[in-house]
Amino acid sequence: MPDVAVVGFAQAPNVRSTPGTTNGVEMLVPIFAEVFERTGLSKEDIGFWCSGSSDYLAGRAFSFIAAVDAIGAFPPIHESHVEMDAAWALYEAWLKIRMGEVETALVYGFGKSSAGQLRRVLALQMDPYVVAPLWPDSVSVAGIQARLGLESGLWSEKDLAEVAARSRADAAGNPAAQLSGTVEVAELLDAPYFADPLRAHDIAPITDGAAVLVLASAERAADLVDSPAVITGIEHRVDSPALGVRDLTKSPSTAAAGRALDLDGVEVAELHAPFTHQELILRDALGLGDQVRINPSGGVLTGNPMFSAGLARIGEAANRILDGSARKTLAHATSGPVLQQNLVATLEVLS
Amino acid sequence: MADLAEKSRTCFTQDVSAPELPLSAPLNVGFDYTRSVGPVLGRFVDALRERRVEGVRGSDGRVHVPPLEYDPVTAEALSEFVPVASEGEIVSWSWIAEPVDGQPLSRPFAWALIRLDGADTSMLHAVDAGSPSNVHTGQRVRIRWADETVGHIRDIAYFVPADGPDTETTEPPPPVAKREDGAPVSVVITPIHLRYEHSASPEESRYLRGLAEGKLIGQRCPSCEKVYIPPRGACPTDGVPTTDEVELPDTGIVTTFCIVNVPFLGQKIKPPYVAAYILLDGADIAFLHLVLGCDAADVRMGMRVRAVWKPRDEWWTSLENIGHFEPTGEPDAPYESFAHHL
Ligand SMILES: [Zn+2]
Repeated sequence: MPDVAVVGFAQAPNVRSTPGTTNGVEMLVPIFAEVFERTGLSKEDIGFWCSGSSDYLAGRAFSFIAAVDAIGAFPPIHESHVEMDAAWALYEAWLKIRMGEVETALVYGFGKSSAGQLRRVLALQMDPYVVAPLWPDSVSVAGIQARLGLESGLWSEKDLAEVAARSRADAAGNPAAQLSGTVEVAELLDAPYFADPLRAHDIAPITDGAAVLVLASAERAADLVDSPAVITGIEHRVDSPALGVRDLTKSPSTAAAGRALDLDGVEVAELHAPFTHQELILRDALGLGDQVRINPSGGVLTGNPMFSAGLARIGEAANRILDGSARKTLAHATSGPVLQQNLVATLEVLS
Repeated sequence: MADLAEKSRTCFTQDVSAPELPLSAPLNVGFDYTRSVGPVLGRFVDALRERRVEGVRGSDGRVHVPPLEYDPVTAEALSEFVPVASEGEIVSWSWIAEPVDGQPLSRPFAWALIRLDGADTSMLHAVDAGSPSNVHTGQRVRIRWADETVGHIRDIAYFVPADGPDTETTEPPPPVAKREDGAPVSVVITPIHLRYEHSASPEESRYLRGLAEGKLIGQRCPSCEKVYIPPRGACPTDGVPTTDEVELPDTGIVTTFCIVNVPFLGQKIKPPYVAAYILLDGADIAFLHLVLGCDAADVRMGMRVRAVWKPRDEWWTSLENIGHFEPTGEPDAPYESFAHHL
C-alpha cells in the first residue's frame, strides 16, 4: 500500500466573525488557490475531495453542498463529507490513497461559528435523550472537567494560565492566529471567572475559519514538493458519550490512539485542546515529555475554527516537516464534547 | 431572441471604493426532536413520570444513572434495573453566570455531575444554589421535581441543596412525551430552537438589492463566461467567484416544469398550478418560479414567459417581487436552444 504524504496546507485567517456566508465559499476560494499554487496542482489533478463541516453550525440542512461550488464541482468530481472536524475527512482521504483508488486528495473544513451561539449549538452533539434536552453549554461542561483536575491536584489554575500565556506568545509567529501577544500569568489569574473555574483565557475563542490540505501518495508527493510530510501513522478512538461514566481527567481514547503509534522521537506536537486543561490531559495521554515542543502555532486557544481546527493541527504539524524545521511531528484532533473522539497522527520526512 | 440576449448583457462596473456589506438577517430554526425511547430509556423516563429514578447495572457491577442501553466496557445489552435515590452528591461542577436559552434555570446556577445514592456513575444536571459560594464538591443535593411530570428528563426540573428549601422553578420549555392513556412512554419530544444571523454572499447581496429596485442582476463567470442568476460565490465549473454584472430582462422560457395537484400545509395558491424552471434570456441557469395566467395543461417546455411584478410599493430584497410568470404568446423556443440547460 502506498504511503501518504501532506504536500500543502493553507488556512483562512482565524477571525471572530466574517461577513461571509455559512457555506464558507468566500473563505475557501482563496485558500484553494493558495495550495494549488504551492503544489503546482490544479483541480483536474485532484483524485478525491473530502470535507468536514456542520449543519448545526450553519443553521441549515446539507450546508456542505453549497461549499462544493468553491471547488468547481462540474464536471462531476469524486467527493465526500463528514459531519465532524475535517481531520476525519482527512482520514477518509488517506484511506482512498492507501487503497490505491486515487493518487491525490484535497481535504477541507470550514465553519462560521459566529452565525449562531456556539456554546449552545454544541449542546446538540450530546446524548439526545438525557443530556441535550438540558442544553448544557460546551464551556460549562468543560468547566466541570477542569474542576475535577483542579480539586484532585492534577493541575492548578496557574498551570492553566501558563498554557494560555505560552499559546498566545507562540501565536505571535502565526499570521492566521486570532489572539496573540505577551501576557503575564499573574495578570491572567486576576481576571474574573467566565464559567467558574474557567476564565476567558482558558477557553478557545469563537472563530470563523477554514483550512485546506492536499495529500498525495508518497511517490507522487516527491515530485510535487521538496520535503513531503509522510503520514507514518494515523489512529482514532472514541470514548463513551456518557459523561458520568468516564474519568474526565483522562483521555483513554487519545492514549489508545497514541499507543498504536510509534511516538519515539517526536519533536513537535500540535494538540487540539480548546480548553487549557485539555492540553494537559492530552500531553499526559500521549506521554509527551518536556523535550516535545507543544503547539508552536499557538494552538486552538489562539483561534478555534470549528470543524477545521483539527485539520489545521495536522497542517501545522506537516508544515514543520515541509519547511525542514523538524523530522518527526505529531498531530492530534478532537471532535465531540470534552475530548470524546480523538485522532492522532505522526508525520515524518520522506525517507 | 438572440438580439435581445445580446442587448441584455449590459455590463456595469461595481463601485469598489464603497463596498457594501452583504445583506444579513436573523434566521430562526425550530423543530421538535421526536425520538422513540426503547426498553431501557423508556423504563427510565416512565419512572421519572412517577418521580422515581432507576439505573441499570453494568457488566462490572456498576450502576449507571442515567441508564445506558449498552455496557460501556463490553458493549453487552443491559437490562438489570436498579432503583436509586433521588438524593446524592456533587462530583464536580461549574458555574454559569449567564444562562442561555433552554437551560433548566434562567437565573445563574451550577452545572454539576451528580452521583445519586445507589448509583456508581453520575448524571449532568443543574443545581439551583444562588451563588458559586453555596456550591462545593461532595455537597448533598436532591431532585426538585417538575410541577407536572410527563416522562422526560426535564421531569427533573433541577437539583437543590439536600437540606435547603424548594425554590421556585423558572419556566422550562415544555418537555413533551407521547403515550397512550395509561401506557408507558414510547416517544420523547424535545423542542429545538436555534437562532442565527444568516448572511448572503456579496454576489447574492447585489442580486437581492437589485430586486428591490426591480432589476434582475446576474453575474458572469470570468472564466467560462456563463451568466448566473442568482449569481454565485463561485462558479461550479471553475471555482472562481462570478464578477461582471449583467442586467437581465424579465422575459425567458420555461425549461421544465411540474403541475402541483396536491394541497399541502402553507400553500399559497390553490392547486392545480405550475412550478417551473425559468431560464431568463441571456442567463445560463434557470430558477424556480410560478407560471400562472393560463391553464396548467397548456404549459410547455420552451414556452416564452414574462414576469408579472407585484405593485412597486410591495418590492423588497426578494424574488417574491415577481408574483409569477405568464405566457407572452410568442412562438416557443426550439428544444435545441435550451437542451443543454436541462
Ligand atoms: Zn465558470
